[in-house]
Amino acid sequence: MEALRKWVQAIALLLTNGSWAFPFTRTIYQGPLKVVCSPGLNCYSCPAATTACPLGALQQMLAGVRMALDSGQYFFGLYVLGTLGVVGGFLGRMVCGWLCPFGLFQELLHKIPSPKLPVPRGLRFVKFGIFAVMVVVMPLTLVNEMGIGSPWFCKLLCPAGTLEAGLPMLFLQPSLRSAIGPLFYTKLSLLLIFVLWSVLASRPFCRTACPLGAFYALFSHVRLIKLRLNEARCTKCKACHQVCPMGVHFNETPDDTECISCLACSRVCPTQAIHLEVGGLSLGVVPEQHPIANQK
Amino acid sequence: MSIHRKRSVPVRKAPLAVISLFLLMAMAGIAVNEPGRVMEQAWQVCLNCIGIG
Repeated sequence: MEALRKWVQAIALLLTNGSWAFPFTRTIYQGPLKVVCSPGLNCYSCPAATTACPLGALQQMLAGVRMALDSGQYFFGLYVLGTLGVVGGFLGRMVCGWLCPFGLFQELLHKIPSPKLPVPRGLRFVKFGIFAVMVVVMPLTLVNEMGIGSPWFCKLLCPAGTLEAGLPMLFLQPSLRSAIGPLFYTKLSLLLIFVLWSVLASRPFCRTACPLGAFYALFSHVRLIKLRLNEARCTKCKACHQVCPMGVHFNETPDDTECISCLACSRVCPTQAIHLEVGGLSLGVVPEQHPIANQK
Repeated sequence: MSIHRKRSVPVRKAPLAVISLFLLMAMAGIAVNEPGRVMEQAWQVCLNCIGIG
């Protein structure tokens, strides 16, 4: 299953970044696929991006609400929010583990040999604040004299944007280098912090700062595809605690908002107490109880 | 002779309700041509958005 997940991650990366004409065009893809919101965090100003970033699109829609209403257009971001909700209803944070290019980037960084550190559990709540404030409230309320807001998360924080769009565009269009200011250096520093942190800790951006992960986390109890714990088979050996890249104690909180359904826990469970289910139907038939669990 | 007992599988309906709700939301957005606006934005390099300028 891990090999399958790696393949899915690679294919998702290529599908959302499949425009390879940029070395010649020196700009971004402008085809019809840009109407599709990618499920994971993937900047649409990335020269190779074939799809729209859902967070960027949502912020732009909210930032332009007043102007749209003034011109008689009822644009509230329902298309983007609806698309994200449908994906969240099916997969929830499984997107983070299987489809998100920036999640894959952090996973690869974490393979670099180094001392490994935990991420403080309390930091998981920061991303919900970032979603509410930087993705929703600030684009809606901080507007210029024309009534237009800004995509504040992209502008101030998003390390994926700096990595996938900021740096490549500076390389492709040298004339832009004169426009670099303190904001770019701040964002570059944030990217470097998350890169270094990813080497030392598992998926720190997903766990602490990703507003897309925060949105998908809202579906942890109601998503169609999720991991299920068979309590009758669980021996509480805590093997699942040791391997979770998101710091989830799966046997204690099977519906944890941090679970990305990467199946790492399922692979190491000695009693096969963890498996995928789709809408209540288990994938993989296992007996209800395990002999070891019965001896408790 | 084996006895076959029919087991009912509890299918979770909440995800389907949630997906339907958001699908309606997306369709409402499509009805007012929001995808066109999304595409317009995604076709431009927003330098301000990526910290340049």
